[in-house]
Amino acid sequence: MAKYILKRILQAIPMLIIISIICFSLMQMAPYDAIDSMTTPNMSQKTIELIKAKYGLDHPAYIQYFDWMKGILHGDFGYSLVTHQSISEDLISRIPNTIVLVLPAYVLALILAIILGLIAGANRGKLLDKIIDGFSSIGIAIPSFWLAMIFIFIFGYKMGLFPILGMHTIGMEGSTSDFFHHLFLPCVVLTIAFLPELIRYVRSSTIGQLSEDYVMVQEAYGSSGTAILFKHVLRNALLPLVTIVGMSLPMLVTGAFVTETVFGWPGIGPYFVKAIQGFDYPVVMAIMLFSASLVILGNLISDILYCIIDPRIKEMR
Amino acid sequence: MAKQKNRRMEKLKKELKSNKLALFAFIFLSLIILASIFAFLSPYSPNTVNVGKVLQQPSGSHLFGTDELGRDYLTRALYGGRISLTVGILAMAISTCIGVLVGTVSGYFGGKVDNLLMRIVDIISSIPWMILVTVISIFLTPGLKAIILVIGLFTWMGTARLVRAETLSIKEREYVLYAKASGQSFWKIIFKHIIPGALPTFIVASTVSIANAILMESALSFLGLGVQQPLSSWGSMLQTAQGNLGSAPYMAILPGLLIVLTVYSFNKLGDVLRVIVEPKTGK
Repeated sequence: MAKYILKRILQAIPMLIIISIICFSLMQMAPYDAIDSMTTPNMSQKTIELIKAKYGLDHPAYIQYFDWMKGILHGDFGYSLVTHQSISEDLISRIPNTIVLVLPAYVLALILAIILGLIAGANRGKLLDKIIDGFSSIGIAIPSFWLAMIFIFIFGYKMGLFPILGMHTIGMEGSTSDFFHHLFLPCVVLTIAFLPELIRYVRSSTIGQLSEDYVMVQEAYGSSGTAILFKHVLRNALLPLVTIVGMSLPMLVTGAFVTETVFGWPGIGPYFVKAIQGFDYPVVMAIMLFSASLVILGNLISDILYCIIDPRIKEMR
Repeated sequence: MAKQKNRRMEKLKKELKSNKLALFAFIFLSLIILASIFAFLSPYSPNTVNVGKVLQQPSGSHLFGTDELGRDYLTRALYGGRISLTVGILAMAISTCIGVLVGTVSGYFGGKVDNLLMRIVDIISSIPWMILVTVISIFLTPGLKAIILVIGLFTWMGTARLVRAETLSIKEREYVLYAKASGQSFWKIIFKHIIPGALPTFIVASTVSIANAILMESALSFLGLGVQQPLSSWGSMLQTAQGNLGSAPYMAILPGLLIVLTVYSFNKLGDVLRVIVEPKTGK
């Protein structure tokens, strides 16, 4: 097993390096770069050269790449072209905001999906299943930003129950109840957005397990349907869910881009959208590299977890 | 072959008869496609600004009201549908072509080629789509062409994986082995034997990828990164609607509902096709 895990880690490293090279090349190819943001048209050529030398921009591209990578390994993503602020500091101040929104929504969606998915799977083809499955197929078709707008209109404008923008009311930054008040709507929207695919996964996994031989054996022994479901099927149907949870790691950062933007939530989403609109390449590439690393890391974790849970997997690959 | 097709058509009819939701999806898609093609029959122009009729509530003459520039909203929505559907269908066509090509080549040759292509697939899939597509779009002039290209060029990985798996099994069948042994060229084997064999798989995949492309386009346009003025799609109409949510909430309803129903219908159509082409999944 240790060998398999080591092999997977060794496979992940070259991918990370290639992605970092892609990000860096895209940044180099971009029509507007770091030096343009620091100079003004009436600076003399000599001043520009000096500035270039100061930031190491006069070196050939591959040396700049190594400098950039060295910085990233030390947690320094460089500076924004627009605000000239440290990208790492911006990220550190924004990522917790995103996590605080996405994590509860995801956990809630996971719990609901397990319950609803099991119910649907156990009652396959019956009315209850049709309702739950129908909900998930409609849910998959609903754009999260539209749902967010409808919620904002009903609960924000019409009923005035919840605030519609931001994370705090101005002047009440320390208040926990005010924070939860702001958190409620975006969190519910995200939960509904995460839910359909998770339900489908649990449902099909349950249906798959129910057709296994051991279920028939238990039935032959005279166990009741619920006993089989909770004693045997539940455990086996939920094991594969570990992989899904592992793969959702990047969602903690990129899972709420659109929802955050609609609600003006000060997370990674609006930061990224603003950077794209302002052609702020270093910020864009930092987020791209960061999220791709999380995807690779998430896949790695889910493979390793699965291998620990179900040793048969290792032999199949 | 003809007989098999007939059997499939009969299955399709049976499925549509027994499955009311599938029938609804089928009718809705036909209607929305026809409506967006014949949108020019509307008495209103989608672009004529009418200052006297700004933000009118839905009424007899304007069934879904007017927008912030006094344009008939229903007409705008139909023209928007034209853009959304075009993006969905063309992006699907691009991504299916690339996916099928990469999948068949990878599965057929195996070995180093397969390894290389699949690593490329892994790398592209490890960047979240939203980030990948927006990053590439800053290198292109924003607009309809750019959005079709970026969605088409960066969403083929799923199709490629499916088609590759299918190719792996088809290439071991006797008629392919025979074709190979009788010295048929590679391209002939791919186009005459492998692709027709994998056809059901990627037809199902492509209906789902139209749905996904429409959703992606709407999210990008909503963020202002997609279709640009004066063109508008359902997504960009919702972006405008967000600004007028307090005064004209009806503007958010129509485009949103159209997106949900269209995406739902394409997905449903995919489910129906899956039942027809893969007898195993049928009840």
